[in-house]
Amino acid sequence: MIRAHVLICGGTGCTSSGSQKINEQFTASLEKYGLTEEVKLVQTGCFGLCALGPVVIVHPDGTFYSMVQPEDVDEIVSEHLLKGRVVERLVYKDTGEEATEVDVANLSLNDTAFYKTQNRVVLRNCGVIDPEDINEYIAMDGYAALGKVLTEMTPQEVIDVISDSGLRGRGGGGFPTGRKWALTAPNQADQKYVVCNADEGDPGAFMDRSILEGDPHALIEAMAIAGYAIGATQGYVYVRAEYPIAVNRLRIAINQAKEMGLLGKDIFGSGFDFDLDIRLGAGAFVCGEETALMTSIEGNRGEPRPRPPYPAVKGLYGKPTVENNVETFANVPQIILKGADWFKSMGTERSKGTKVFALGGKIHNTGLVEIPMGTTLREIIYDIGGGIPNGKKFKAAQSGGPSGGCIPASLIDTEVDYDNLTAIGCMMGSGGLIVMDEDTCMVDMAKFFLEFTVDESCGKCTPCRIGTKRLLEMLDQITKGNGTLELVDEMEKLCYYIKENSLCGLGQTAPNPVISTLKFFREEYVAHCVDKKCPAGVCKDLLSYVINKDTCIGCGRCAKNCPADAITKTDYIAPGHKLASYEIDTNKCVKCGACIGFCKPGAIYKD
Amino acid sequence: MKSLAELQAIKEKMQNKVALRDGSGEMRVVVGMATCGIAAGARPVLSAFVEEIANEGLAGKVTVSQTGCIGICQYEPVVEIMEAGKDKVTYVQMTPEKAKRVVEEHIKGGKVVAEFTLANKA
Repeated sequence: MIRAHVLICGGTGCTSSGSQKINEQFTASLEKYGLTEEVKLVQTGCFGLCALGPVVIVHPDGTFYSMVQPEDVDEIVSEHLLKGRVVERLVYKDTGEEATEVDVANLSLNDTAFYKTQNRVVLRNCGVIDPEDINEYIAMDGYAALGKVLTEMTPQEVIDVISDSGLRGRGGGGFPTGRKWALTAPNQADQKYVVCNADEGDPGAFMDRSILEGDPHALIEAMAIAGYAIGATQGYVYVRAEYPIAVNRLRIAINQAKEMGLLGKDIFGSGFDFDLDIRLGAGAFVCGEETALMTSIEGNRGEPRPRPPYPAVKGLYGKPTVENNVETFANVPQIILKGADWFKSMGTERSKGTKVFALGGKIHNTGLVEIPMGTTLREIIYDIGGGIPNGKKFKAAQSGGPSGGCIPASLIDTEVDYDNLTAIGCMMGSGGLIVMDEDTCMVDMAKFFLEFTVDESCGKCTPCRIGTKRLLEMLDQITKGNGTLELVDEMEKLCYYIKENSLCGLGQTAPNPVISTLKFFREEYVAHCVDKKCPAGVCKDLLSYVINKDTCIGCGRCAKNCPADAITKTDYIAPGHKLASYEIDTNKCVKCGACIGFCKPGAIYKD
Repeated sequence: MKSLAELQAIKEKMQNKVALRDGSGEMRVVVGMATCGIAAGARPVLSAFVEEIANEGLAGKVTVSQTGCIGICQYEPVVEIMEAGKDKVTYVQMTPEKAKRVVEEHIKGGKVVAEFTLANKA
């Protein structure tokens, strides 16, 4: 009999920090102590706390071990699994305020500040089941929704439930999913398609990947349900080739579903046929745009096409098509099983359910979190995310990646949902949330995202191809100290021009990082242009390193370690000091900042 | 997959195997395995429970786990059985043979084996 389960995270984050080795080590140790008959090893998807990987959970106790190294495994097996003594030094240390009051040994995953406030609907199986075993998914009510739909409901009833639930597209646009299905269903054609957009391209967003890696069957089940609702018999998952683990697990899952007859002909004896195939993308950001994605599936260069006609009428191969994002689909089976009212009970007036965010940047708990719509940014950053490291101040959060905007510290109590974010000139986007502290220069940040969109613009339409390039050049001028206030005004005009005239979502949203930083941090642009200073001390051309000659103790470590030989001894000996102080030749200085790290008395500063 | 019944059968079969992870097992057998417990022979007792529960096909309903020192070292090996809505039962000075009887009479039969309990010793 199996009395304990050891869950080892096999998501991309933990795999790259070595969870595969941990797995092998566990196999070896369990054998060594003769526990193979009692303890089961399960490789799961992402638990969410990627910063602390590799993550290992031992059930039934629910003990949560973080940053486990191969040499720790033997101790966990011999102490915890053999003798029942939790290895306290490896147990995750909570970041919440009550952390000290919690009994470390008994700290289970769900009690931590990181998980406590989360509401895992989409991620319910991630980190719980083995994604490569369809039976475990079935044990968690898997495919019951598909069974219910095919045996008890008409296609129209399915569409009605989804419409009534208020589910909106999680890929960024927020279009009501039920309406999308309802628009596609009545269109007559010899073939219709269901397409899943798994071309997750926002830098910093990885929720779709984690769903594919942790719970691939949820997607398969949802796509079959969508197929039944709109009358499609073929589906495609368009996923980027840079997600090898996700692609592999999805492939295994599709094969298992086919073997069990959950995909294919006459599913549940209902006469309904549905087949699913994977199409790999080469990682172009523009292919996340729905029409470009379909063009790419058709085997052509991934370029968007004008709408209308909308995919509901003329989509993939010119046939009526429903395209939804991975996270949107992952909600569907549970809405069918638990009902629209259950889903509506979570969230805000016009944004129902939960949203998964990929927390990144200057934050303690980097990882994936799922929260009800309407949770404030403050709760996300401080309660769940554990706050900003090194005692720094929160400055802003970028939501929606290169297509989104920033939420400044003054709006930290904003309840995060589609409409509130749009109202402040931001957008939900796919859910990448990059946290920035006081050391971030907002002009530099906008420039970073523009570099990305310039690279990723497909080149089909002029406003995007040339406009974003010009915009980047202007930002570059400003960060180099060559900007003027006129340039800032001109830049702002160009932003709106690009927005209004671009063909697809990529160009229409590309200026957003500039527009929102101009809105909330205009004074930083002014400082760059008028005072020729970068307030955050990031833009190298606008700062110089200076040694305070009165606090310099003359040790000379900075001079020895300066790669440009820019630091020399002076004749000046400060009162109370024995050695002469040093100075930096600003003409030679390359502004690498190495000297600051070597200065013990902290006499070197950025000006 | 031709029917819902078929899906349900797989679900029921599998539920036992994952129940451990959400703590939904109906009954918990906890073996005290601090140094004192191990020295007194808790390990064979744990193995006996695991084996017997599996043999009786109760794996889905009962979870077996370990804990540290329960505090009554002179009575080790100590085994506690917890069931929702019922008082905790503490068995003391356990052996693999006694474990078999506890599985048979208490876990399976629902009748506490009074002669092995702490109440009987104290």
